[in-house]
Amino acid sequence: MSEFVSGTLTAKNIHLSFGSNHVLRGIDLHVEKGTTASVIGPSGSGKSTLLRVMNRLIEPDQGDILLDGRSVLKDNPDELRRRIGMVFQQFNLFPHKTVAENISLALRKLRGMSKEQARDEALNQLDLVGLKHKADSRPANLSGGQQQRVAIARALAMKPEVMFFDEATSALDPELVKGVLALMTDLAKGGMTMVVVTHEMGFSRNVSDVVTFMDAGVVVESGPPEQLFTDPRTERLQGFLSDVL
Amino acid sequence: MDILNQLAQSFFDWKAIGEVLPKMFAVGLPNTIVLAVVSGVIGTAIGMLLALMGISRNAGARWIARIYTDILRGLPPVLTILVIGFGFGPIVRELTGSTSPYPMAIAALSLMSGAYIGEIFRSGIQSVDKGQLEATRALGFSYGSSMRLVVVPQGIRRVLPALVNQFIALIKESSLVFMLGLLATEREIFQIGKDAAANTGNLSPYVAAAIFYLALTIPLTHFVNWIDARMRTGRPEKKEPDEAAAVVGKGAQA
Repeated sequence: MSEFVSGTLTAKNIHLSFGSNHVLRGIDLHVEKGTTASVIGPSGSGKSTLLRVMNRLIEPDQGDILLDGRSVLKDNPDELRRRIGMVFQQFNLFPHKTVAENISLALRKLRGMSKEQARDEALNQLDLVGLKHKADSRPANLSGGQQQRVAIARALAMKPEVMFFDEATSALDPELVKGVLALMTDLAKGGMTMVVVTHEMGFSRNVSDVVTFMDAGVVVESGPPEQLFTDPRTERLQGFLSDVL
Repeated sequence: MDILNQLAQSFFDWKAIGEVLPKMFAVGLPNTIVLAVVSGVIGTAIGMLLALMGISRNAGARWIARIYTDILRGLPPVLTILVIGFGFGPIVRELTGSTSPYPMAIAALSLMSGAYIGEIFRSGIQSVDKGQLEATRALGFSYGSSMRLVVVPQGIRRVLPALVNQFIALIKESSLVFMLGLLATEREIFQIGKDAAANTGNLSPYVAAAIFYLALTIPLTHFVNWIDARMRTGRPEKKEPDEAAAVVGKGAQA
């Protein structure tokens, strides 16, 4: 039973170049509804870029993106992004707004809620991440872990069908990583469709349904976590795992 | 002691100062304030437009903003005021029948300050972290809404001190409009001091003018320092210790 109205996301043969730099060279990724796919790989392998292409913050040069089996490349990209929540490494909360306003802004302007409705919904979301008491603080007065949980609440408030996490714990102090990972685990268990770019091998191994290893703009290996972590087939993945584990 | 007496006579002739004060209060001060405030408001609007053009994705708009800014910032203020006042004055007179150079003075000051304020706004907007635009767009806002709701307000906040400095400069530059030969009721602080100095052959009216300018600019300078400090430290609020911050949700116990 899922707490979320989640969708199935598919990327097909995605290519992207910045000038002569061929960043993505034919990526395929399929994330079944309600499952969690983690994407691992060395820095500069194109993982974060892939996320931005899949919600069309960057338009691909070639390839297709499907949500629930339907291509979204012809849709209005702003509308697509309302269906996909994204959490960033640097949190990217709005520093000039309170915690509650960070969440209610999109609800008011994009979902057409009244000020009171949006605030109530923001408080609900904050309650879910254990930060209701911080509603009227500024982001700068929160710890990194709290900021990231607010960022997750902000994304969830839009009732997305898919959630993207772009190295969501990489900028956190070690003692704060656990709380954010716990929240992400709750979401995954609650049936949210998630794509998680991460350096947290423990999370990737224990929580995700499928692990994809990327290097130099291609998918090198993909499969269930047990298989990738215990029996890597390619030399590149073997090398990567021996470096990070 | 003769020299000291002579200096005191030239600069601090209390009688001359006393004579010029009423006119400075009644005519000079209001005119200086009107010139500075009106051209400050128009200049801010021009500046915002130039800043948005300067960061626009349209190359034509960027070029127009660039050329405008380079020219207006590159000219001495006296020259701009003269050229605009005397150059466009007759055309305006033809169209409106008004012979007052006052509107031309405001136009010249606005156009000049617009160029500076545009650069202030542009640098502020561009200094906002790219992640802010990305996060706003990721929520589903269009580029325009993202800029309007999130990026531009942060950019402006950041350059408020520089903006107030520009207003201070504008108060001082408003003294240059005497070049256009304003009507008696339109004269601002500097020209009233200048007229009185010419009539009395004494510099004390200038000293009176100086005091008026300082009374306007020094509080603003301290206001700048205050916002600057306030923005650097923010309102104090207690952070939770990290241990308290780390615990969350059902998953934390798992």
